[in-house]
Amino acid sequence: MKTIIEVKDLKKDFYVGEITVRALKGINLEIKQGEFVAIMGTSGSGKSTMLNILGCLDKPTSGAYLLDGISMGELSNNELAALRNHKLGFVFQSYNLLSRTSALENVELPLFYNSKIKPKERRERAEAALESVGLSDRIHHMPNQLSGGQQQRVAIARSLVNDPVVILADEATGNLDTRTSYEIMALFQDLNSKGKTIVFVTHEPDIAKFMTRQVVFRDGHIIREEIVSKQNNAIELLNALPLEELY
Amino acid sequence: MNYTNSVKIALSALKRNKFRAFLTMLGIIIGVASVIVMLAIGQGSKKSIQSQMSDMGTNLIFVMPGGEQKGGVRMGNSDAQNLKLTDLEFIEKNCPAISAISPEVRSSGQAVVGNENWPTTIYGVNNKYFNIRKYTIKSGRSFTEKEIQSYSKVCLVGKTIVENLFPDKDPIGQTIRFGNIPFLIIGVLSEKGENGMGQDQDDLIMSPYTTVQKRILAITHIQSIAASAVSEELNDAAITQITESLRTSHKLKEGEEDDFQVRSQAEIVQMFSSISDVMTALLGAISGISLLVGGIGIMNIMYVSVTERTREIGLRLSVGGRGNDILMQFLIESILLSAFGGIIGITLGILATQVTASVMNWPVVISSFSVIMSFLVCSAIGIFFGWYPARKAASLNPIDALRYE
Repeated sequence: MKTIIEVKDLKKDFYVGEITVRALKGINLEIKQGEFVAIMGTSGSGKSTMLNILGCLDKPTSGAYLLDGISMGELSNNELAALRNHKLGFVFQSYNLLSRTSALENVELPLFYNSKIKPKERRERAEAALESVGLSDRIHHMPNQLSGGQQQRVAIARSLVNDPVVILADEATGNLDTRTSYEIMALFQDLNSKGKTIVFVTHEPDIAKFMTRQVVFRDGHIIREEIVSKQNNAIELLNALPLEELY
Repeated sequence: MNYTNSVKIALSALKRNKFRAFLTMLGIIIGVASVIVMLAIGQGSKKSIQSQMSDMGTNLIFVMPGGEQKGGVRMGNSDAQNLKLTDLEFIEKNCPAISAISPEVRSSGQAVVGNENWPTTIYGVNNKYFNIRKYTIKSGRSFTEKEIQSYSKVCLVGKTIVENLFPDKDPIGQTIRFGNIPFLIIGVLSEKGENGMGQDQDDLIMSPYTTVQKRILAITHIQSIAASAVSEELNDAAITQITESLRTSHKLKEGEEDDFQVRSQAEIVQMFSSISDVMTALLGAISGISLLVGGIGIMNIMYVSVTERTREIGLRLSVGGRGNDILMQFLIESILLSAFGGIIGITLGILATQVTASVMNWPVVISSFSVIMSFLVCSAIGIFFGWYPARKAASLNPIDALRYE
């Protein structure tokens, strides 16, 4: 399998006044195509910093990071933006949809920043992405007309629309109830089964059980890394959940 | 990202906040509209002054006595008696740039017809004076050369005299007394209306200058000279020629001051125009301030908007928007605000100008210059006041912006 993410001895320091905070203290990580990796850890463990660097939103202090064979160390801010636009998809805990903007337009957003894509293609790709998350009947709804789970689906459609090499999800189920979380995880598992590489930051162990590999951070180090031998299947768990309580 | 996309994004952002966008534009709308109205009023008054002034005469040049010294004592200009008929003849002979010339003597007094009387002014002139000052004879005739030479007591009267002293009869052939001298009315002048200074130009009697000189004022000098230049282009040449002729005929030495003044209509028009130019500039400047305030309003709202949309900016950066794309988005937004505001303001300004013109009955002129200029100014305001908020948005750190609460 092709290596999508390759991180070698990656360090990241923050300077707060005169104090140096060493957030990442030499990380080595390799993620291959088709993996579904959980990045776990308590707050302050460095997992968010790691995700920012993986997402090309932040630059490491030292060490190498290759995304799909491209070393991001020497890239300018504009080149990093182009890299985010072409290679990455983000899913956030709070969805980050544009308010008073239809689902379709929200999904179209990344394609606006790719000048090669014509308006017609942009629309077609956005519709296809919404269809793949099961929202083809909601494309003209505004975010406030959608439930939390539906909003997160729109956000996932947005992360898919540019056909990225990897999807980075940051606590993507953090704002959702159990049932909806499982629905979202079912969607991610479905995408993963179709070959999408996904990196999923979470601190919930039961969510991490849906993934193929777990990487646990503590104090800027990876303290544990293991292949999940028996993945939970989100659809099976969904069916096992008691029917929605009526009261 | 291309500009079409930037414009689309900016437009949809404005659409999300229609009412706020309108309120923001209001500052620009009022500013632009008031600039247009004020400039239209200022330029209208200038134009009406100019047209009234041009009714004064045909390429008119005045010569007035002035600065005379008698044994070292400077005399007041109006008392000066140093313009003579010989000067007039000398000018007529030596100034090819002049097409017509007339002496002018005047006296104020009561005009009496029967048991009615009216205070007016009698002008002693020659028969070229009518053309020089753009008076036309409505009925009757002008005086002849012979009448001038024989100090004939004939006269033409203006409309105001006719209205007040001959309310219901034809004045031609009637007698009018000025002072104690009876004049035969041989003609009536067409109406000319008020001049630029509000003076009634129809309240006068015109008589041969010889008659006024000898029979009323008992003087041999003339009070002023009115002349027409051959054409507008020869105005300056005419002034130079008159000045030189008069210096020769008054035997003034090199270095001595002129003892007369030569003024052209063009100079007077220019003087009044410059007064109204100052007024226009003042009005324009005051409304320009309101345009500036409108611009500051845009800047304020753009700052609020950048802060409010920090997360949106973070998201745009994370999906591949570059700093420049964000800059363009906010800059275009503020330019759209000010340009839309400008267009509405121009429309409103033109409407308000028309209303002012018809309700207040003021002369107005909307120049394309003021429309184009105010549009360019408010687009520039959009760029200027949008720049700093847009810069702020573009320089946000995507990580912080995404986590902004």
